[in-house]
Amino acid sequence: MSFHPAALNTAYGVGIWVGALLTFCVFSFLYKDNPFYKFAEHLFVGVSAGYYIILNFWTVIYPNLMEPLGKAFAGKGAGEQAGMFAAQLGDYRGWLLIPAFLGLLLFTRLFGRIGWLSRWPLAVLVGIYAGLQTTGFAQGDLVAQIGASLQPLWTGKLGSSLNAIVFTIGLVTSLLFFFFSREHKGALGAASRIGIMFLMVGFGAGYGYTVMSRVSLLIGRFQFLLEDWLGIVR
Amino acid sequence: MTFLEKLDRRWIFLAVGLLVLLPLLFPLALPLFVTPPVAAFVKAVDSIPDGSKVLMSCDYDPASIPEMVPMTRTALRHLLDKRCKLVITVLWTGGPGLVDRVVRQIIEKEYPDRKYGVDFVNLGYKAGDEAVMLAMGQGIVNTFPRDYQGNDTRSMPIMNGVRDYSSFPMLVNISAGYPGTKEWVQQVQARFHLPMVAGVTAVSAPEYYPYLQSHQLLGLLGGMAGAAEYEKARNEKGSATRGMDAQSLAHYFVALCILLGNLVQWTKSRRTVA
Repeated sequence: MSFHPAALNTAYGVGIWVGALLTFCVFSFLYKDNPFYKFAEHLFVGVSAGYYIILNFWTVIYPNLMEPLGKAFAGKGAGEQAGMFAAQLGDYRGWLLIPAFLGLLLFTRLFGRIGWLSRWPLAVLVGIYAGLQTTGFAQGDLVAQIGASLQPLWTGKLGSSLNAIVFTIGLVTSLLFFFFSREHKGALGAASRIGIMFLMVGFGAGYGYTVMSRVSLLIGRFQFLLEDWLGIVR
Repeated sequence: MTFLEKLDRRWIFLAVGLLVLLPLLFPLALPLFVTPPVAAFVKAVDSIPDGSKVLMSCDYDPASIPEMVPMTRTALRHLLDKRCKLVITVLWTGGPGLVDRVVRQIIEKEYPDRKYGVDFVNLGYKAGDEAVMLAMGQGIVNTFPRDYQGNDTRSMPIMNGVRDYSSFPMLVNISAGYPGTKEWVQQVQARFHLPMVAGVTAVSAPEYYPYLQSHQLLGLLGGMAGAAEYEKARNEKGSATRGMDAQSLAHYFVALCILLGNLVQWTKSRRTVA
C-alpha cells in the first residue's frame, strides 16, 4: 500500500482522507445501521444546508438583486441620468424591488399571524413555473414527438423499414393499453396485450440502465479509494 | 433452493463489492463498441466550426461524479482540440465548485495556453431552473452579471459578441437530472432552435432516447457506458473505460440474481401448490 506523499500536507490531501473515512462510514450501513453512518448522514445535511445558503447568496442574491439595486439607488451604471425606475432610459433595475419584496414575504411563514402573506409569492412561483412547463412541454415534447412519430413505414431500406414498423406497432398498442373507456376484450384486448409487452421491454431497459447508474456510483467510490486515497491504481 | 430463500442479502452486497473491486485492481479489458448515439454525439461536436464559442451546461453535483465527470472531461478535450471557446454554466446547486475543478484540471494540465476570461469562463450557478434558461435567451450577461469567481462578465473578452443563444452554434449539456437535458430541450432547443447534444446519467437515459429519435438531440451519451464509448471514439482511456469491466461483471451478477430469484419463487410456488 502506498500513500500519496503530499496526502497529509495539503488541504486537498486532508479532504481526500475525510472523504475516504466518510465513504467507509456510509458503506457501514450495508452491514447495519450504526452511529458512524448516522454521523456521516447528519454531517452531510448540515454542511449542505450551510453551503447552499452561502452559494445562493453570493451567486444569486448579491449579483442579481443587491448589486444592481444598489447601483440603481446610487444612479450608477446605465447612464448619468439613470436611477430608480428609469425605464425610459433603459434601466429596469429598480423593478427588482418587486421580486425582492415577494422574496421577503416568503419569510412571513415564520410569523404565525401574517404567515398567510407567504402564499402570494408562492402563487407567483407556481403560476410562472406552471406556465413555463406547460408551454415547454407543448413545444418540446407534445408537438415534436407527435411529429417524429409520423414516419413512413417503408423507407426503401429493409432495416430502417422494419424499425419503423416495430416502432409504430409499439406506439399504437402501448397507447391502446392506456385506453380505459372500454373493456380490454377482443381486438382491443389483443392489442393492449401486445402493448404490455412493449411496455415491459421499456421497463426492462429502464431497470438495466438504473442498475448501470447505481453500479457506476459504487465504481466511482472504489476508484476514489484506490486512485485518490490509496494511490495503488492509476 | 431453501439455502437461497434464506440467504442474507449482505452476501449479495459483498459479492457485488468484490465483483466491482477486483476488475479495478486487475483489469480484464473486455471489448467495448461505439454505439450509434455516441457516434452521433462525436459527429455533432465535430461539426462545430473550429474556434466557435460553445455553450456548455454541466448540470450535476458530486453524487454523479462517476458518470458525469468522465464525459465532461472528454467533451472538454474534444471542444478544446477544436480551439472552441467555452462558456460554462451550472444549474445544480452542488455543481459549480466541482465543475470548476474539473475544467481547471483539464485546461491547466493539458491546455496551458488557454486563458480564463478569453478562452473559457465558468459562469457558475444560478437559481431558477427553467427561468434561468429563458432569461439566458434574453441575454446571457444580464443573467450572469458575475462569473463563479465573482468577476464582472461584461468586461471579459470571451463575452464580447455573446448576446443570447444565437451566439452559439451548439449547446453541450451534461446532465444528471432536473434541471437538465429535458428542460434544455423543452425551453431552449424547442423555443430557440439551438442544436444540442447531451450526456446523461444511465438512470435517466431511456427518457431521452425519444429526443434522439426526433433529432431534438443530435447525440446522446448514456451513463458510464456512454462515457466509455466516447473515450474510445476519441482514443482516450479515462476513468469510464477503466470502470467498464467492473460494470459488466456487476451486470452479469445482477442478471444471475434475477434468474435465481425467479427460480426460487417458482419452486416455492410449486411447493405451496403441492
